[in-house]
Amino acid sequence: MLNVKKAGFFTSIQDQGRFGFRDLGVPVSGAMDTYSASIANSLLENDENAAVMELTMTGPTLEFELPTFIALSGADISPKLNQQPIPINQVHQVAAGDVLSFGKLVQGFRAYLAVKKGFGTAVLMNSRSFYAPITPHHNIKDRMELPIASCERYEPKISSLSPEAFHKEHTLEVYRGPEFDLLDDRQLEALFAGDFTISKENNRMAYQLEQTIPGHRHTMLTSATLPGTMQFTPAGKLIILMKDGQTTGGYPRILQLSNTAICILSQKKFGDTIKLHLK
Amino acid sequence: MNRYPISIQAFGEQAILIEWPEKVEEAILDDILQFSNHLKKKCLEPDQWELLPAYNSLTLIGRHELPDFGKMKRDLKMWYSEATKTRMPARYLWKLPVCYDTEFGIDLLEVSETLGKSVWEVIDLHTRHPYTVYGIGFLPGFMYLGGLPPELEVPRKAQPRLKVPSGSVGLAGKQTGIYPQESPGGWNIIGNCPIPIFDAGKEDPCFIKVGDQVQFYGINHKEHELHTIQAQVGIYAMEKVKLDAKR
Repeated sequence: MLNVKKAGFFTSIQDQGRFGFRDLGVPVSGAMDTYSASIANSLLENDENAAVMELTMTGPTLEFELPTFIALSGADISPKLNQQPIPINQVHQVAAGDVLSFGKLVQGFRAYLAVKKGFGTAVLMNSRSFYAPITPHHNIKDRMELPIASCERYEPKISSLSPEAFHKEHTLEVYRGPEFDLLDDRQLEALFAGDFTISKENNRMAYQLEQTIPGHRHTMLTSATLPGTMQFTPAGKLIILMKDGQTTGGYPRILQLSNTAICILSQKKFGDTIKLHLK
Repeated sequence: MNRYPISIQAFGEQAILIEWPEKVEEAILDDILQFSNHLKKKCLEPDQWELLPAYNSLTLIGRHELPDFGKMKRDLKMWYSEATKTRMPARYLWKLPVCYDTEFGIDLLEVSETLGKSVWEVIDLHTRHPYTVYGIGFLPGFMYLGGLPPELEVPRKAQPRLKVPSGSVGLAGKQTGIYPQESPGGWNIIGNCPIPIFDAGKEDPCFIKVGDQVQFYGINHKEHELHTIQAQVGIYAMEKVKLDAKR
């Protein structure tokens, strides 16, 4: 078991998502930044769908009851093992009784903690990804106990990685969305000319952008939305749906982020800026 | 024989959006569901695609990035032309009990005042006809129902509530529906359905499917209590009627 001493701001268990139930209104969920999650899993030679812990902004305090190996990737939240700083993107051995804690957020917004063989929380509708009401909780709470496997011996083929520093990137590659053609010159100009700021309304469901663009009066029938779909409200607000986002919506879908852009955006927080680039 | 001009476009790196003429029509929904069934049964690799029908569209979401959209588009056109060879999936009319007591229907009196109808007239209109499920989305198990009598159209509440209880039955504009979970919401609440529409613990978490119909019927407070308990212990017997393949 892994004891959660303190849960941190928003910590959850995520795998690659809950594929196959969107026709019932169930979002796909899964790690927001799949790239970083897969780096952490790769270092431990875990199955690519092994469940990892997604940490947001501030990390939790975790006590290991078993010996295992861990790896962290994504945001740098100054991880410490028994109070000693440890680097991210590297395999670390932990002993029973060791405590993993975090400090200041140095870079990015979401970090991924992988443990050897993955977290063993319950599989519900083919996935371990937290999403209430499919799983009992939206996020990890203080004093929860999370199942992990014991592993005393592991010789990694690669003990550290230097992943692409694409989190510092601020340009998001986007495709035309289904209602892209609604946009007039003024709106296009506003969309692609300048920077946008991430608003306070940002979470696993959606990221709202601070700046608006000239609005519209278009109505449409409800249709599918995906992670990375940019919705355009009549008032000109721009909302980018993310992994826990609703499966259908009635606002025009003007843009669709590339999968890489979704990873980049997942590492942005309130006040950060982004720029859109049409592929 | 295909009756509709359809458009097929790439929707990002992993999905394809197929659209029918932009109308709320059962014939269009039927055509979409028949095509969707044909794709699932005869064309697409199982477990690699999610198919999401809603109103006038069908979205195909791949597990992985699309290798070749051009080829897929050609295949889809061909598959659409053969779709009528596959039968429609079985569809049902579900009879759902609703308690319209003002204890649950907290906006019922206000709605009756706004509409200039008695509470009984509102309930009678709401329960008289079946509604067609045009889509399921927004929240797990949330149904987009079509067919609300125009006499029941009321604007959504100016101030949305932070918490609407699970099972609440609401009215807003041309829509009526059930909140499958406790959530924030701006609909006018006129009753409560004690039968959970969505249960993640069940083999089939959402028994109602797009294309099905639902019809509400009024129950009293005692029956609501009884059905709540029956549903909790799993002995509530759903009332359903099989619909003809061609309505």
